[in-house]
Amino acid sequence: MTDTAAKASTRKLTVRVNEQDLDVSGVAGHTTTLNFLRDSGLTGVKEGCAEGECGACAVLVSRPDGNGGTQWTSVNSCLIPVAALSDQEVYTSEGLADGDKLHPVQHEMAMRGGSQCGYCTPGFVASMAAEYYRPQRRSCADICGSQSCGSPENLENSPAQCATDHELGANGFDLHALSGNLCRCTGYRPIRDAAYALGEVPTDDRMAKRRGQPAPTAAPFQLQHAEGDFVRPASLSDALDHLAGEPEAVLLAGGTDWGVELAIKHSTAPLTIALDQLDELRTLTQADDYLEIGASLTLSEIEHRLEGDIPLLAELFPQFASRLIRNGATFGGNIATGSPIGDGAPVLLALDASLVLASQGGERVVPLSEYFTGYRASVREADELIRAIRIPTPVAPHARFYKIAKRRFDDISSVAVAISMQVSDGQIRDVRIGVGGVAATPIRATDAESALEGKEWSHETFAAAAQVMSEVGTPLDDHRASAAYRSATAAQSILRFFAEVTP
Amino acid sequence: MNYYSKRPLADIPQSAAVGSRVPHESAVQHVTGTARFTDDLHSRHTDVLHAWPIQVFVVHAKVDAIDTTAALEVPGVVRVLTAADVPGVNDAGTKGDEPLFNDHVRYYGHSVAWVLGDSVEAARRGAEAVKVDYTELPAILNAKQAIAAQSFQGFQPVMARGDLSDGFDQADHVFSGEFEFGEQEHFYLETHAALAMVDESGQLFIQSSTQHPSETQEIVAHVLELSSSQVTVQCLRMGGGFGGKEWQPHGLAAVAALGATLTGRPVRVRLNRTQDMTMTGKRHGFHSTWKVGFSNDGRITALDTTLTADGGFCLDLSEPVLSRALCHVDNAYWVPNIRVAGRIAKTNKTSQTAFRGFGGPQGMIVLEDILGRVAPQLGLTPEELRQRNFYVPGQRTPYGQVVEQSERMPQIWDQLMTSSEFGARRAEIDAFNQGSEHVKRGLAITPVKFGISFNLTAFNQGGALVLIYKDGSVLINHGGTEMGQGLHTKMLQVAATALGLPYDRVRLAPTRTDKVPNTSATAASTGSDLNGAAVKNACEILLARIAPVAAGLLGVAADDIRFADGKVSGLGSDKSVSWEEVIKAAYFQRISLSSTGFYRADGLHWDLAKFEGSPFKYFVYSAAVSEVEVSGFTGAYTTRRVDILHDAGNSMSPLIDIGQIEGGFVQGAGWLTLEEIVWDSSDKESKGRLATQGASTYKLPSFSEMPADFRVKLFEHATEPGVVYGSKAVGEPPLMLAFSVREALRDAAGAFGDLAKSVILKSPATPEAVFWAIERARTNTPAEIG
Repeated sequence: MTDTAAKASTRKLTVRVNEQDLDVSGVAGHTTTLNFLRDSGLTGVKEGCAEGECGACAVLVSRPDGNGGTQWTSVNSCLIPVAALSDQEVYTSEGLADGDKLHPVQHEMAMRGGSQCGYCTPGFVASMAAEYYRPQRRSCADICGSQSCGSPENLENSPAQCATDHELGANGFDLHALSGNLCRCTGYRPIRDAAYALGEVPTDDRMAKRRGQPAPTAAPFQLQHAEGDFVRPASLSDALDHLAGEPEAVLLAGGTDWGVELAIKHSTAPLTIALDQLDELRTLTQADDYLEIGASLTLSEIEHRLEGDIPLLAELFPQFASRLIRNGATFGGNIATGSPIGDGAPVLLALDASLVLASQGGERVVPLSEYFTGYRASVREADELIRAIRIPTPVAPHARFYKIAKRRFDDISSVAVAISMQVSDGQIRDVRIGVGGVAATPIRATDAESALEGKEWSHETFAAAAQVMSEVGTPLDDHRASAAYRSATAAQSILRFFAEVTP
Repeated sequence: MNYYSKRPLADIPQSAAVGSRVPHESAVQHVTGTARFTDDLHSRHTDVLHAWPIQVFVVHAKVDAIDTTAALEVPGVVRVLTAADVPGVNDAGTKGDEPLFNDHVRYYGHSVAWVLGDSVEAARRGAEAVKVDYTELPAILNAKQAIAAQSFQGFQPVMARGDLSDGFDQADHVFSGEFEFGEQEHFYLETHAALAMVDESGQLFIQSSTQHPSETQEIVAHVLELSSSQVTVQCLRMGGGFGGKEWQPHGLAAVAALGATLTGRPVRVRLNRTQDMTMTGKRHGFHSTWKVGFSNDGRITALDTTLTADGGFCLDLSEPVLSRALCHVDNAYWVPNIRVAGRIAKTNKTSQTAFRGFGGPQGMIVLEDILGRVAPQLGLTPEELRQRNFYVPGQRTPYGQVVEQSERMPQIWDQLMTSSEFGARRAEIDAFNQGSEHVKRGLAITPVKFGISFNLTAFNQGGALVLIYKDGSVLINHGGTEMGQGLHTKMLQVAATALGLPYDRVRLAPTRTDKVPNTSATAASTGSDLNGAAVKNACEILLARIAPVAAGLLGVAADDIRFADGKVSGLGSDKSVSWEEVIKAAYFQRISLSSTGFYRADGLHWDLAKFEGSPFKYFVYSAAVSEVEVSGFTGAYTTRRVDILHDAGNSMSPLIDIGQIEGGFVQGAGWLTLEEIVWDSSDKESKGRLATQGASTYKLPSFSEMPADFRVKLFEHATEPGVVYGSKAVGEPPLMLAFSVREALRDAAGAFGDLAKSVILKSPATPEAVFWAIERARTNTPAEIG
């Protein structure tokens, strides 16, 4: 144990929930925030699925907004060990009302028929409140001066320049904010109407005011518990020391994968090392010929900070799980868990990304295409962690990400295909195709790449490459899709690229 | 007889609370997280024990021994409940085929015993430590295997009319085929939960998330060898039911009750999502074979079909589900010569059970699928083919009931064709499809006719208890349960209307078996019809007692007393007194201020043996138009627009009724286009395992499946005589409006090829299923149809 951690371990740990401090000094490393809150009497937070799919457990957490202030961020409380929220501020649906006065989100949900059985409602309220407070939310009136289209009833008459559609309200409400919340009763329309009826945030709103202050700092600590310790290291080197000392340690970023292990498989770990707030893993820097993304930046943070700079990533983010998940999930975690059906890897493969692996011995850079060695296995040593992802820049001008899944929001891919290439003088160059869902690891479709590389941009070229692509990997029949469908849609992705891209 | 009991059931007084757009009565508690559900209650008690099932992960086996020694050594484990602990009948149901504690494993993950622990963790670890020895037995994994092995359970009804061979002789076109589809998971957001305790008076009190408290009570009583009077069941509210909590909660409540009785401590049972999905029943999957005849002008001349419901390991509600399936094969169509045979496969799966529509959708889909498939071969548009076969007034269903109000179907259809601009959009879509190689749109309209009442006549009764306190406040109880459908809201509206009080002056108490006994399940869409009439009856009994008191105060005849807006007045008199004054006066005159209310739906009869009668009080009529857009690259689709015109009678509560219609529609769209239950059909040890056992693998509709443009209207001037305040049931029928989405997908898939060809579409029409339909259309693969 390092000196810092030893000192930190003696202090009392609390989470501030609905403006009251709750003691978490005695919790186990695997106690989820959901279970902790419910055991603390906050039964408005519900368990619907315990795997981050339904959002009934959603709460608001104070997170840095990247500009020195705080952003109210919605997360699935079923996935986050409560120890990881030490020193943080949390609101549940119970804490949003101002005495007897409902919060605007609660008022709209209640009056417009947004709840039927009411079980998913507290989670919807949390997700909706996060979007209500999102600093970038701009109403139609803000953008174009029109006052005529601020109501859901008038949606179809909104002026085109407001860019409203059924997934973006005239009040700037992005419906994707609710993509991780499931309702089995309403069919969603009244929830959408409630969301689109929300007005501006009053300046004297207490949670709005809180946004102007810095997010709580995450001071290092160590919790000891018979069923597993939990440490928030002071630095990267402190984290690496802990990791070297406990090869069975679990590295925690957003918890969107480990949380499922905790809740569904009842896993425990002797030590959990929280990487989510480590400054060294939260950088986003542009070097001469690559962009470096810190492994612990959440996908939402990356999406916000890149502002579409890497188009393939911009295509990925809205299709990657749900907002609730993206508010926790990181590229570091997505790659480290090594799922063959994760959506991050195919895109990063197509971007020719490399990983920066750090250990006590120093750092090394490994191309992602050489990282995976088998089903959930990689070249990463037990004492190494992923510090950052590097994407060579400038990126190829033509790129697309195709996710084949049952459901458009919040689903796991049957097949995911990311395609990137240059086209100069009608010739295809630098083709990279990343594919998930067709093998034990995410792979590059090298045969299909060869079928395109150096060839002429033409239907014949792509039809031939699609034929090759239909043989990619060794897809399986399972509950998500048949092997035949996986092969067919992998091939179709090549044809689709040709149909959609104009070189 | 007095004035208050003479008013027709459907009459609505002035300034009535029914018909107004009130939000759900618990909406404020919902949004503030303060609405309590069953599993939110245990933290209010001390010393609670937590239960965990011992599931055996093999598909079919005889249990040789259960060794609990190691479990009892796990810290925190208090007791293991086994069959030996049951003092009464070891049956979680009423049919003797569903042991609460099993000596046979009849499906993968069947529980054989339960561990009680001081914490959930302790109970879980205890369950992991229990050793179960078993001998594997041969298994039947699905309906097809059951048919081959002739493995059936329960009755095998046949519904017939006319002469099939005549019908087929008259036919110019005869088609035949086979159709099957799997189960649908309820996925109520709140999983099953119960909390049992022995109360201060020594009686058993059980909080249960149940749609049928009286049956939960009955099962607990027989398991514990108690009388029903010794057991009280309360259901505060459910976080969704959809039929999944009509039958399935009983055994779980019984486990909690048995544990509480044996240990003296409160016992909590809550299934986590994995347990809920692997242990409890789902909507029945069905297999059907069919042969149908059509005349040249597209009229159905004959239908011969055999429906096999996959019941799972025991009967549960499979028989009534099958009955309703048979009774809804016709949907809105006249089939002169018909024979529908039904049977229930016995398979090694969870016990499939009630689910919104209760077999109706599974019956209807057979004929709707046929119509969608064969329309091109008959040279008709699907909408024309459907319309030509609608019932006309005077015709009877195959089971002999006159199809009352059948004129509403073409009225709704025509209005909806117009309001949805069907013709213009058809042309637009055709033009769009002409110009779009990889993305096609589809449009379809489908009808629903759905019978309201429990098929079994006896269940069509409702009860209520209305209490007026001497301060004038009113507390109502009724036999129905709240699962999000807004029943309690409607009952408050009914009571306020009947008593002439403002809506917010009436309170409602949670559903309990010691308030209203012998209730029917809140099911079959009948909740507000049955309980509403009972609440109204109780209120009217009270008014009849109170009116003479008011008459004395106002100096008018009792029959001339009117109650409205919290005031009591006399006809032709401008004097009035407040409700409170009258109640106070009634108390001092020693007038009873509480009353039960009761209702029996009359005019119903059903002969199960002949499969004949008039089981339904009335039919609900409705239609929907759906427009979809499909990608030829993946088969993925979006629902662009949906228009619905629905007959809710005089809507008792429009905000709630629209919510039921929209929610039912999307749930139906989930069943038909997305939700896919997959069982392991391999020969491996995992055979029979539910492969889709969580939200990550079983996808129900999310925001992305919501129709982008959703227009729901209620059919006007639709007063339903003989039903409380002229309303109609609304819970189930909208689910079947989602056939329009499936048919629109078929239309879009066909647009990738030659539209004159039949398009075969699997159910559910997942993106993969749609993709294969597109591929068949693109490659002109002949339709497998006779």
